[in-house]
Amino acid sequence: MSEKEIIDLEEQFQARIDRGENIEPKDWMPEKYRKTHIRQISQHAHSEIVGMLPEGNWITRTPSLRRKVALLAKVQDEAGHGLYLYSATETLGISRDELFEQLHSGKAKYSSIFNYPVITWADIGAIGWLVDGAAIMNQVMLTRTSYGPYARAMVRICKEESFHQRQGYEIMLTLAQGTKVQKEMAQDALNRWWWPSLMMFGPTDEASTHTEQSMKWKIKRKTNDELRQQFVNQTVPQAEFLGLTIPDKDLKWNEERGQYDFGEIDWDEFWRVVKGHGPCNKERLHARKSAYEKGKWVRDAAVAYADKKAKQTLKEAV
Amino acid sequence: MNDNLYQYILQLSDNSMILGHRLSELCGHGPSLETDIALTNISLDLYGQTRSYCQYAAKVKGEDFNEDTVAFLRTEREYKNVLLVEQPNTDFAYIIVRQFLFDAYHLPLLEQLKNSKDEMIAAIAAKSIKEVSYHHRFSSEWVKRLGDGTEESHQKMQEALDYLWAYAGELFEESQIEKWAKEEGIGADLNAIHEEYKKDIEAVFAEATLTIPEYDPYQQGGKNGIHSEHMGYILTELQYMQRTYPNMTW
Repeated sequence: MSEKEIIDLEEQFQARIDRGENIEPKDWMPEKYRKTHIRQISQHAHSEIVGMLPEGNWITRTPSLRRKVALLAKVQDEAGHGLYLYSATETLGISRDELFEQLHSGKAKYSSIFNYPVITWADIGAIGWLVDGAAIMNQVMLTRTSYGPYARAMVRICKEESFHQRQGYEIMLTLAQGTKVQKEMAQDALNRWWWPSLMMFGPTDEASTHTEQSMKWKIKRKTNDELRQQFVNQTVPQAEFLGLTIPDKDLKWNEERGQYDFGEIDWDEFWRVVKGHGPCNKERLHARKSAYEKGKWVRDAAVAYADKKAKQTLKEAV
Repeated sequence: MNDNLYQYILQLSDNSMILGHRLSELCGHGPSLETDIALTNISLDLYGQTRSYCQYAAKVKGEDFNEDTVAFLRTEREYKNVLLVEQPNTDFAYIIVRQFLFDAYHLPLLEQLKNSKDEMIAAIAAKSIKEVSYHHRFSSEWVKRLGDGTEESHQKMQEALDYLWAYAGELFEESQIEKWAKEEGIGADLNAIHEEYKKDIEAVFAEATLTIPEYDPYQQGGKNGIHSEHMGYILTELQYMQRTYPNMTW
């Protein structure tokens, strides 16, 4: 293909996106679009799967049977989200094994929030409320993204995520209405999860390398800073309703802007955790790798058995 | 309060709860996403059953009991599950063999309990049968797949079966409470279930090219609250919040 032909194709491609059409797996797409989507969707899939670990570690210790069933179902939903997202990534011509390999080698990233430890029951509430709450802001936007399989996966994921968020908030509400010890537990969880939740929106717009191209391809419709502000605006009244204090002395309502002003994020911490030096990065990766390695003989046996059965069926047919 | 009935419900409940607990430990650590989801599903079903049983047990017990006090606030000797379900998740072969040895008992048990004179037990059994037939399908298929898969998987499965077989007998050792429940028309006839059980597992293990050990399955005690050393650790986690923060709403 000549350079001009490629440019024409790229222009037509962009025009389709601008018209709001979905791009489907068999459609022509620029190589960069394909690569960016593999990176982003798989990063999202990895986040779901790694995200099972911090909450999963509380399943055996839930305070009641009702909470047990809800938490099990929630973590299972995350596995389901991982499954659709890996499938969506596979439509771009990469296998699940290759994607796991990228995760295990550290080449692919996942959301840094899961590198923080989940140390009390209130953390389960705070994660649902804040972490799922922040994730939804990104995800709602993605239900209208240009790549069809991704957009469709997100529609289903968003429904489940908003349920998780309500569940998390309900845990916090129960604690906030509980005993002194429970209230303290809730406040402590908010203190530890607030800033990492704000970091979930990524670097500032100035420092963000992917934003411009992503907006053009409608992978993003709002910038990191816009979403972060929206999250703060939405969450502050919820914290007030719980009677909890957001751990930010600079937080205050700005009448002129009609938004909350808030303090500076500790970007050193942000980059430290992204680069692998958060409290649980090593444990999370180790747990994933170990499950994968320990499961190899099981996956091999399933393939061998399926082959055997297929040959038998063929023999019987002949 | 009818203490026999209470004890009988606990026995049904504790089998579901402790196996559900073991499976819940695996959530996020399965050999593939599909098996992870399936095992969590089974755990969820078992915990759903546990809730129904514990709610009923609390009602029978009366006073201020509720599903959580029944489930969480007993001493180790008061838990009545069989030893099989508390055995650890040594590897996926142990998990599957343990599951199949239990499902092959659980399914015909519920078929009988569906006709229990106790309406509540009959209703819980009727609701659970559909779930447990799925568990049975899942575990029996995996027994075949891994038994007749690769040499390595065959070996691991045979090792798990050789080990766990010791715990398969207790399911059919009739306890005092089970005898009472059978005579009242509330509980199941374990002899009849045992016949079905043998046919089922012999067929599945044969297809899986696995050999049922020749030794008599000798381990027992759980039904009378004498557990393996694993149980204390299970309860430590299970009861952690209820014990640390008593009398609170969560």
